[in-house]
Amino acid sequence: MINFFMLILIYSGVYALMAIGQNCITGSTGMLSLCHAGFFCIGSYVTAIMCKMFGISFWLSLPVAALAAGFVGFLIGVPTLRLKGDYLCIATLGLGEIIRNIATNINPVGITSIPRASLFGYQFSSRNKGAFIILIWVFVLIFYILFQQLAHSRLGRAMNAIREDEVAAQSNGINVTKYKISSFVLGAAIGGIAGSFQTAYTLTVSPSSYTFMVSVMVLCTVVLGGMGNAKAVILGAFIIQFISYFQQLTGLTNIIPPQANQMIFGLILVVMMIWRPQGLLGRDKYRYGDPRTFKEKLLAVAKRKGGER
Amino acid sequence: MKILTTDHLTREFGGVIAVNDVNFSVEQGLVTGLIGPNGAGKTTLFNQITGVDKPTRGTITFDGKDITGLPAWKVSRLGIARTFQNIRLYKELTVVENVMMGLHFKVGKDPFHGRFLQAVKSYVFAQRENREMYERAMEWLHFFGIESHAQDFARSLPYGMQRELEIARALAADPKLLFLDEPAAGMNPAETAHLMDVVDKIRSLGVTVVLIEHDMKLVMNICDQITVLNFGTKIAEGTPQAIKQNKDVIEAYLGKEEE
Repeated sequence: MINFFMLILIYSGVYALMAIGQNCITGSTGMLSLCHAGFFCIGSYVTAIMCKMFGISFWLSLPVAALAAGFVGFLIGVPTLRLKGDYLCIATLGLGEIIRNIATNINPVGITSIPRASLFGYQFSSRNKGAFIILIWVFVLIFYILFQQLAHSRLGRAMNAIREDEVAAQSNGINVTKYKISSFVLGAAIGGIAGSFQTAYTLTVSPSSYTFMVSVMVLCTVVLGGMGNAKAVILGAFIIQFISYFQQLTGLTNIIPPQANQMIFGLILVVMMIWRPQGLLGRDKYRYGDPRTFKEKLLAVAKRKGGER
Repeated sequence: MKILTTDHLTREFGGVIAVNDVNFSVEQGLVTGLIGPNGAGKTTLFNQITGVDKPTRGTITFDGKDITGLPAWKVSRLGIARTFQNIRLYKELTVVENVMMGLHFKVGKDPFHGRFLQAVKSYVFAQRENREMYERAMEWLHFFGIESHAQDFARSLPYGMQRELEIARALAADPKLLFLDEPAAGMNPAETAHLMDVVDKIRSLGVTVVLIEHDMKLVMNICDQITVLNFGTKIAEGTPQAIKQNKDVIEAYLGKEEE
């Protein structure tokens, strides 16, 4: 039981990373893209190939996976980001499937027995889940902080402006195309990193695990948590993973087949759209105008903590 | 001195000629009115100049530079700001964030020159930059007297204030030329009177204003120059007094007198 919970924690970490990427694309910039499984796939494969065939360490393959996924995101983004709304959704859906089909055609079995990742001589094996949970959640935290910094900077605001109104954003001097592509590439790169961690944990990659359902699940995560709110998205990842392993956790696999998940996710999307379209936590409203710098704020917090003691 | 001139500007949509061979010019420091019946091509002309749409033929010169066919974001960086006929605010952003968007390209020029390095700087020093932008944005909110709503969502503002916020956002970019597309549409007389004060204040800041408006009282009171369009063609140009007497203009608005 506890083992299962740990497994859910690991997978929700991987999905939280993906959801942060998807949030950058859909939540901040407002582009409805459905090919995160594709970026996930590329990240996984790059790590798998680099670790297995070239014997390069996992840590080196991590940035390469991000770059590769980002580059593919760029290739996909340049032609498709002229499209809007549903059309963009369909185009990216197709491209995500293309990536998976290429992988299937090259090798339908995938790659197995990939060497383990190690850090300072410690090997992250699949049996020792605790270490892996720490590893993945440290990265979730890092990307959460990086993303928050982006969201509350001039660049993040420009992305939000594009989501709200493209024409107005243009007349505010924002190069909409450039920002859209940058945001897409960034989201794709984070998806690639998530794929890298997936490989490091399972030590196998197979094309069948990067289906369209993964993209839907990631989108569902973002919608459930709250678009444009990184905190909410991480919460969403945890809930979605919990739901998708619910039957196995409670031993009800015979009564509720795994295929029912697709129905449950669909239901979640519909229910959320009707009752809480802003997501569980809603949008992150950032109060500008706190005239203190980050350092001063930290000092203030430290002071308050010290005062309590 | 003419700050903006259009030379034989034409825009065709398929067979429809929305703007036909218009030579429109704006004198620096004055308030120029652009009037005409519905469908006369006023907004289309605005869209050509601000880069939202591209002209079929003709050239646009702003401040000595040819800006024909430049994308909107480049045009706005040269110093042309605008508001929209149907309000286009960032509704899910706060009021002060809306004005900060107007300042988007006004901060972070040096010492990082490359565009990429500027973006990196904006990312790393976001807090410092935010503070600077916030203070400048608040000055504009003070100017319009809506600073108490700074942290509200833009969508929650009453209609008149939304119009003002849009003007504030446009002004925040420190433009040389400001286009107002029907700023008084849907306003009650009190709000319109307030708007007239606002336009007066903007003129005293040294910003050249061009406005499309149907409210004749407003146009005749605050405009120094008026250009009249009808069916995409310029039919008159001159001071408010001259326009009031102009036969073609009266005909366009009221129809021809039966002999």
